[in-house]
Amino acid sequence: MSAQPSTPTATPVRSFSDVAVGDALPSMTVHVDRARLVQYAGASLDRNRIHWDEPFAKAVGLPDVIAHGMFTMGSAVTLVTDWAGDAGRVVEYGVRFTRPVVVPYDTGADIEVAGVVKSADPETKRVTVELTATAAGEKVLGRALAVAVLD
Amino acid sequence: MPVNADFQGRVYPPTETYRVSAAKIREFAEAVGSADPVHVDADVARTRGYADVIAPPTFAVLIAQQCDGQLIRDPEAGIDFSRVVHGEQRFVHHRPLTAGDAVVGTLHVDTVREAGGHAMVTTRTELATEAGESVCTATSTIVIRGAE
Repeated sequence: MSAQPSTPTATPVRSFSDVAVGDALPSMTVHVDRARLVQYAGASLDRNRIHWDEPFAKAVGLPDVIAHGMFTMGSAVTLVTDWAGDAGRVVEYGVRFTRPVVVPYDTGADIEVAGVVKSADPETKRVTVELTATAAGEKVLGRALAVAVLD
Repeated sequence: MPVNADFQGRVYPPTETYRVSAAKIREFAEAVGSADPVHVDADVARTRGYADVIAPPTFAVLIAQQCDGQLIRDPEAGIDFSRVVHGEQRFVHHRPLTAGDAVVGTLHVDTVREAGGHAMVTTRTELATEAGESVCTATSTIVIRGAE
């Protein structure tokens, strides 16, 4: 870490007046490999072996190690927190886990994340973003909705 | 059914206090790839009006899954953990979880139902400070796959 003192800036929160229903958020690709899953397992305390132990995962009928659904959920929402300008502005967030993200040892996996503004309430400045997340061409999250309060 | 239906409506006693640390917030933010400095720089967080660094939106799962463990490990519930799949997850934040928070979780078993030979259990963990301030509601649906 740098020893330089930080230089806080004013809150860079997106202005509600700059947002319209139908706006697309900048899309992103999340690359996930085994090292990342071990990192997430430690950080989240979810140490289920299916997320890092390939022989175990295969023994319980999975094609390979799979990512934590919560890893996919947690990394996908950074699209919204970065766009909103402050992670604390995301006040609601829910998803369905529709398919697992399979993470092969050699290549890892790419999760493509996109978002569209579905609704915007001028009274509360609450904006609902629908996220899509796909891996290997399949949707891995369903009904993924995040609500952010803008300025 | 691979789960005891009598558990619907059950409420577990509040858990032991979980102390939210700046170190755990940083570790979690790095693991999900959130680059917002509000997770790691207390000066940035204070400039934005928070008391200290704040957690990413899904951090609460760490505490909520420990609460869920009370149900999953409860022998009377009859849940085979090796058959559990995470179906849905949702968070409603009343305010961000913040470093220094001392949080207790109260686990509610909202619904237990069966569909297609599988059981689905929806739990709700209410996270509040020791002083009683509501911080987050975390709702989770797990699917317990039936025998082949």
